[in-house]
Amino acid sequence: MPKAFTPKVITANALLEGDAVWLTDDDRWSRDIAEAELLTDEAHAELRLLEASARQSEISGAYLADAQEGEAGPEPVHFREAFRTRGPSNYPHGKQTRA
Amino acid sequence: MYKYNDFDAAFVRERVAQFRGQVERRIDGSLTEDEFKPLRLMNGLYLQLHAYMLRVAVPYGTLNSAQMRQLAMIADRWDKGYGHFTTRQNIQYNWPELRDVPDILDALADVEMHAIQTSGNTIRNVTADHFAGAAADEIADPRPYAELLRQWSTDHPEFQFLPRKFKIAVTGAEADRAVIRAHDIGLQLVRNDAGEIGFRVLVGGGLGRTPMIGKVLTDYLPVADLLPYCEAIVSVYNLLGRRDNKYKARIKITVHENGIDQIRALVDERFARIRAEFSGVDQALLAEIQTAFAPPAFKTAETDGYEAARLANPAFRSWSDTNLTAHKADGYAIVSVSIKKHGATPGDATSDQMRALADIAETYGHDELRISHEQNVILPHVHQSDLPAVYAALRAADLATANIGLASDIIACPGMDYCALATARSIPIAQQIATRFDELKLEHEVGPLKIKISGCINACGHHHVGHIGILGLDRAGVENYQITLGGDGSEDAAIGERAGPGFSADEIIPAIERLVLGYLDLREDASETFLQAYRRLGAGPFKAVLYPDKEGARDAA
Ligand code: HEM
Ligand code: SF4
Repeated sequence: MPKAFTPKVITANALLEGDAVWLTDDDRWSRDIAEAELLTDEAHAELRLLEASARQSEISGAYLADAQEGEAGPEPVHFREAFRTRGPSNYPHGKQTRA
Repeated sequence: MYKYNDFDAAFVRERVAQFRGQVERRIDGSLTEDEFKPLRLMNGLYLQLHAYMLRVAVPYGTLNSAQMRQLAMIADRWDKGYGHFTTRQNIQYNWPELRDVPDILDALADVEMHAIQTSGNTIRNVTADHFAGAAADEIADPRPYAELLRQWSTDHPEFQFLPRKFKIAVTGAEADRAVIRAHDIGLQLVRNDAGEIGFRVLVGGGLGRTPMIGKVLTDYLPVADLLPYCEAIVSVYNLLGRRDNKYKARIKITVHENGIDQIRALVDERFARIRAEFSGVDQALLAEIQTAFAPPAFKTAETDGYEAARLANPAFRSWSDTNLTAHKADGYAIVSVSIKKHGATPGDATSDQMRALADIAETYGHDELRISHEQNVILPHVHQSDLPAVYAALRAADLATANIGLASDIIACPGMDYCALATARSIPIAQQIATRFDELKLEHEVGPLKIKISGCINACGHHHVGHIGILGLDRAGVENYQITLGGDGSEDAAIGERAGPGFSADEIIPAIERLVLGYLDLREDASETFLQAYRRLGAGPFKAVLYPDKEGARDAA
């Protein structure tokens, strides 16, 4: 049996800085996962990923990452994606400094 | 020190200019990431979790003060004011922006440095014993041979698309400080019965998901045959190596699948055919290179001040007990500067610290610095009379930690704090272990102990050859740490054995503490190291302290 589809967001690295970004439903790349479009339909998710991957002058390496609906918007499920919303744990660098 | 000739300089500048064009075309969208990725990797540029990362080669780990200052300048101008020294004797910048990378590469070329072949399926930066040219126990300085290999392998047309990356390490001493047995080719300078210098050649070592100890291909290779013989090895591998499966593509698997005898026969055959093509030009080149590695003009001076300072200052004495190594020249010492302050990120140096190191090297160290694969910085030539002043300057730069070779001198890869391939974090584990041992004030009593941590199976943190190895994994969405015991990266190289089930991030620090305290109870006396005790007793008693609650842990042993 194929695995049931779990909600996803589209994420990538911004082309110039390499910073983690998420695709919003109005086709912006946001630095904040809470603004991301939460994709609950598999076919729609695949289509959105194709569209996102075509935006080569803005990002690199778009992929679908598991996410869940939180109070303020989508939240990461896996710890790797959670780190990407913050930055490294050994210095206050990356996104966490802008929070 | 080796100086670029006109060809080297022009080659590096041309590569930077090419890459500048490629970056421009990537930014305007005319190159896709798929097209750009191999190009950026050829220039040492990776994309990690939060940013790009630029890996800069430090050939055989050797730097002068001007180069170190330039690395500091780059850290300030284009990064976040620090750099990360790695097990491959490289420096990595974790935060460069794509647009700036060509300028960074130009700034590196200004001091004869580059990032070429720090990535990709090529012959990578050749590493060497970090005490090369200084160690009391070496037969000869291995770096001229490393430089010869670098010139031969850089942009070698036949070897730009090998089945997989290819790493060569060279040492001049029996004591293996370059982990040559975990490299694709390991070279050790030896003497034959006639007293002539040659190489013992090992092949097929490697870490990663299938760790292997290198096997001896020949016990003695005349120096003059080095390039044709290495070329024979790499071309045999180039043909035979498995391109069908990335995980079976390294030469260690080729050697494992074909057997060392078959590989030796093929290499010998190939070597016989190509040897004549190396008409001696390489030997003329070697002679030229060798003059660039002539030892510095060592001085003579009284060493009374050093002895007096040792008596007067216990902190200096402790530091000189752990951080100095015997030098070949009278009255000199090799200084290992720990980049492992308790609680700090292993291998990270701030730009101020880099400048302090450059100043110290210039004033007291014949202008030489080394990066060790253990992520420390070496001042290879310091006269004993200058040691008190060097120590004071290191203290002022917060670089005087006295822990070389001890429990807190941990190798850790970047792990999931930076690396896109990671399955768990490694830096915070290293920070917490070091902090804990500092609190316990025990590490000097524990003595030599190598703890090495990798954030995934690729083993960049050398965990397989740690006396205690830690491998970070993702177990059902939670970080989990597996312990291996009894690994050794020295001339008695061994791959560590898995101790048992992994530990959570909260459990791993107490587990390491139990293991080390357990060793103190198990050792015969203070002269028996952790590794010796492990070799004498086997894994059993160590597993018993590691898993005290497991019923039958003792019996299972
Ligand atoms: C962006 C970060 C990095 C990436 C993507 C990366 C990738 C890899 C991969 C894929 C392997 C396995 C190769 C194989 O078995 O075929 C590997 C091995 C290795 N890497 Fe890294 N690495 C990274 C950072 C580092 C760092 C920071 C160091 C030095 C501290 C390092 C040193 C090594 C070493 C020593 C090995 C194992 C030895 C061997 O090649 O057998 N790597 N790396
Ligand atoms: S061992 Fe894994 S996590 Fe660590 S640097 Fe290498 S690839 Fe990254």
